[in-house]
Amino acid sequence: MQNDWLYVGIFLVIGIIVPIVPLVFSRLVAPRKPNPIKQSTYECGIETVGDSWVQFKAQYYIFALVFLVFDVETVFLFPWALSLKQLPLFVVLEGVLFIAILVAGLVFTWRKGLLEWA
Amino acid sequence: MDFLNDPLNFIAGWMRGLLTGWGLADGLATVIIYFIGITVLIIFAMTLDIILVWVERKVVARFQDRLGPNRIGPFGLIQPFADIIKLIIKEDITPAGADKLLYNLGPVLAIASVIFLWAILPLSAKIFGVDLNVAVLYLVAAGSLGTLSIIVGGWASNNKYALLGAFRMVANMISYEIPMVVVLLIPTILANSMSVQGITQAQSGMWFAILSPLGLVIFLISAIAELGRSPFDLNEAESEIVAGFHIEYTGMKFGLFYAGELLHAFTFGGFIAVLFFGGYGGFFGLEKIGFFSWLNNPFIQAMVFLAKAMFGYWVIMWIKYSMPRIRIDHMLAFNWKFLTPLALVVLVNTAILSKVLGGLPNWGYDLGMFLSNILISVITVEILRAYGRKQRKTGVKLTPRGVQNQEQAV
Repeated sequence: MQNDWLYVGIFLVIGIIVPIVPLVFSRLVAPRKPNPIKQSTYECGIETVGDSWVQFKAQYYIFALVFLVFDVETVFLFPWALSLKQLPLFVVLEGVLFIAILVAGLVFTWRKGLLEWA
Repeated sequence: MDFLNDPLNFIAGWMRGLLTGWGLADGLATVIIYFIGITVLIIFAMTLDIILVWVERKVVARFQDRLGPNRIGPFGLIQPFADIIKLIIKEDITPAGADKLLYNLGPVLAIASVIFLWAILPLSAKIFGVDLNVAVLYLVAAGSLGTLSIIVGGWASNNKYALLGAFRMVANMISYEIPMVVVLLIPTILANSMSVQGITQAQSGMWFAILSPLGLVIFLISAIAELGRSPFDLNEAESEIVAGFHIEYTGMKFGLFYAGELLHAFTFGGFIAVLFFGGYGGFFGLEKIGFFSWLNNPFIQAMVFLAKAMFGYWVIMWIKYSMPRIRIDHMLAFNWKFLTPLALVVLVNTAILSKVLGGLPNWGYDLGMFLSNILISVITVEILRAYGRKQRKTGVKLTPRGVQNQEQAV
């Protein structure tokens, strides 16, 4: 059990190192002759106006809130799904009720017109 | 314990004997064995990735009625190696004003997030990285790291197109992760296990694709969306934002993004095989008959698994090269108004039926599950048809905006 997570830990480290290898190799072999024109930002030939890290209207702001609710709630459903075979039908239906509350929230946002791309 | 029946334990046991014979502590020997095993597994995955480049190019060529690479080596097999050499010796241009750390982290994460998934991919009953008891959650976690690589790369490039691509990817991820996680609950319920080995072994009699065909379809769609492949490739939409998040990447960094996407698609093909098509097994009890006992050989199982994964990959390619890109508002509406409610209905259906039909014999259970899914699909299609009919009667007529304005002016 502990060995499993040791394995995953080593895997994560090597998994990060492996893609770095070709980058380092490329750095050793590839030419490097930077100049201002080459390094300028590509915008189809037109000169860049202003910074690109500007304030941006994230139109899916409400979607993100709904996502957060759903994502946290679905994690609660995993233990329920895992022990479903041992649970009596009543507890299974309680889980269904939990999902129904989630759906009520989704229906509410839908009826409010928040699921439209504005 | 011989090599043909249990290769990993055979080699690990031999190496452990060798290392402890040299006087190393047992814990250190474990770490070294894991280290070597993981390196071999990752190198296997990367080699497969190189072959996938050739497969992808050859298949897309066939879809578009071309020949594809056919000059270097037999059937163009050496072509991907030539591509790699070319990518490595190309100049790596970093745009002025880019966030250096995040700019370099993007492509690294793109490959690393896929490689992380290979830790739990079961090639066969005896050949696998690790059998985590929360493998399904690990799949979700590592899968969304791939999205993070796109967001990081797009934001750090200091390019407006790249930023737009990154923002679109955020919208994509926060939407399609929901049906995916909900649908991942279905194999968990059916197999009563969250480990990939448990899910695979639970399908030795009957594939979950037959018990829950709707679950398979929803998982496939949300997997394609999470991969950012067509018809959900809004993050790189060539015709609108040129190349999206990887517009400023050159040389090997672009190569890593490209290779990461292909390997990600193949890996998701593998997970579709594991979760719904019985993974390395799922021969409907055929392997228990004496004549077919060779199906239990780990190498044969690995072949079967890779074939199923390749089939899943091919289906993803098939969809990619046959569908036009959809608009972003349609994409979000499709997820929140159609896919998520449907996924929740399928989940509730599976949960209740697995309880109600639990007492029935196997064939009754399987038939009930299958028929309930067919019933849900028929009802869904009927609701969609009724909605479409209503839209055609009462909804606004679809005319181009310019035409409408002209009519008002007249």
